[in-house]
Amino acid sequence: MAAEDMKTYDVIIVGGGPAGLSAALYASRSKLSTLVLEKAKPGGQAGTTEWLENYPGFPGGVKGPELMEHFAAQAREFGAEIIKDDVASVDFSGEKKLVCTAGGGQYSASAVILCPGAEPRTLGLPGERELRGKGVSYCATCDGDFFTDLDIVVIGNGDAAVEEAMYLTRFAESVTMIVVHDEGILDATAVIRDRAFKNPKMKWVWNSVVDEIRGDGIVESVIIRNLKTNERTELETNGVFVFVGTVPNTQFLSGAVEMDKRGYIIANEQMETSVDGVYCAGDARVKYLRQVITAAADGAIAAVAAEKYIHEEEGFREMVLAPASPVMVCFWSPTSQESLDFMPAVERIAEARAGSLNLVKIDIYKNQRIAGRYEISAAPSILFFNKGQVCERVQWPTTEEELTLVADRVISGK
Amino acid sequence: MVQVDKVNFEEEVLQAKGPVLVDFWSTKCEPCMALLPDVEALEAKYGDQIKFCKLNVLENRRLAISQKVLGLPTICIYKDGEKVAELTKDDATAANIEAMIKEQIQ
Repeated sequence: MAAEDMKTYDVIIVGGGPAGLSAALYASRSKLSTLVLEKAKPGGQAGTTEWLENYPGFPGGVKGPELMEHFAAQAREFGAEIIKDDVASVDFSGEKKLVCTAGGGQYSASAVILCPGAEPRTLGLPGERELRGKGVSYCATCDGDFFTDLDIVVIGNGDAAVEEAMYLTRFAESVTMIVVHDEGILDATAVIRDRAFKNPKMKWVWNSVVDEIRGDGIVESVIIRNLKTNERTELETNGVFVFVGTVPNTQFLSGAVEMDKRGYIIANEQMETSVDGVYCAGDARVKYLRQVITAAADGAIAAVAAEKYIHEEEGFREMVLAPASPVMVCFWSPTSQESLDFMPAVERIAEARAGSLNLVKIDIYKNQRIAGRYEISAAPSILFFNKGQVCERVQWPTTEEELTLVADRVISGK
Repeated sequence: MVQVDKVNFEEEVLQAKGPVLVDFWSTKCEPCMALLPDVEALEAKYGDQIKFCKLNVLENRRLAISQKVLGLPTICIYKDGEKVAELTKDDATAANIEAMIKEQIQ
C-alpha cells in the first residue's frame, strides 16, 4: 500500500448512524481529526424510521430523517468529515489502524470506532428473496405508499413490528399480523400493544407462521401454517413486510475484534473492544437496549475513550519510546504504599543522572492498558527503555543501591 | 434526468430509441435520496449512451406496480419497450448500477 495514497486521521468512525454521528460530534469537538465512513445517507436505521416518539427533548415526537440530519450537521459543525463509501476491510494488527473501502479509499487512524449498526433480519422463506422489491419489504417508510388501499401481511410481533404495522395502516386497507403466540400475546410492550388492538385496520392471525411467499413477478399470497393444528392455508395479499429483529453488519470485520456467536461486537463499559484503540458503539454491540438514545450514548463514551487512548499513547511514545537517551519508567499506584515510599529514591537516582537518564512515572491504575502491555501487575515496578525497547526490568522488592547499579549499567550501554 | 410520469412514460421510455434507465424513487424513501446523486453522476458519465429518467412513485403508484415495481429503490433498464435489467433494494448500489449500464450499452 503506497503511503501517499493513504489518508490519515486521528479517529475513523465506521458507520454514520446515531452512534457514529454522536462519536463524530464528540471526537471532532475535542479537536481530533475525524472521518466518518457511511455507505448510504447518514442516519442509519433511524434515518428510515418515520417517527420517533421516545427521543428525549422532542415532545410530540420527531421525524427520524430530520433528527438524523441534525446529528450529521452538528458533527460537521465541529469539523468531522463524512465520506460516502462502504468499508470493505480493516487491518487492526499495527499501531496505526487501516481501513479500506469498496470505493478504493485507504485510510489510517490512531483509533477506530466501529458503529456499523444492524440491518433487518431476513427469514429465508421460499419466495422471500425472489420477491424482494416486488411486495416483500423490510422498510415501511420506503415502500408503504405502494400499498395504498391494498392488503398487506406483517411478520413479527415485537415493538418495531407493531409500530411499523400501525404506520402501514395509514396507507393499506388492512394489515394482517401473523403472530406465533397464543391469542392476545405480543412481544411488543403494553402501550404499543393496546394501541394496536384498538386500530380497526389491524387484523390478527395467532399461533401461526408464514411458510412461503408466492407470486408471479409480484407478491400474490402467503402460505400460513397454524402451529397448533399444522393446517396450511393460503392468504391472498399484495405485500409482505418482515420485521423480525436485526442482524449486526459485522461481516466486513472478518473476526478482527472479538464478537459473540451471533456476530455482535463485545465491548466493555468504555466501549473498548478486544483490540487496543478499537472501539464499538451502537446496535452492533452486545447490549441490553438498542435505541437511538443508547446508540448516541455509546458514541459519546467511545469518542471520549478513544481521545484518552490517543493522548496516552502519544504521550508514552513521546516521553518513553522516542527519546534518544535512556528512560527509566517507574510504574506506581496511589494504592501501593511501597510505591509511594520508594518514589523519592527513584527521583534521587534520576536527578543525579539528569541529561543522561529521564524519569517517567506511570500510574498503573490510570494507565492499565500500557501497564498490561509491559506485563506490569504490581507497583512499584521499574522498566528501563533505550531507543523504544525495554532493556532492563527491576521487580519489587528492590533497593536504591540495586536500582542505582542497573541505571548506571543502562547509561553505560553495557 | 428526464422526469417521467403516467402521462409521458409511454413516449419517453417505452417508445424511445436505444436503452433507457428509469430510477423509481420517492421523496419518502431515504435510501433513494442517498442513491440519487450517484445516479446523477452516472448520467454525467454515460448520459450520451443511455437515456436517464426518474419516476416519483408517489404520484404514479399504478404505473410503478404495472411495471412490477413494488419496492424502492429500484433501477430498471428498458430497451424497445421491454424491461431488460433491474436492480432493487440493497442490490441497487452505484457499483452494481454502473455494471448493469455497461452490460446494456455494449
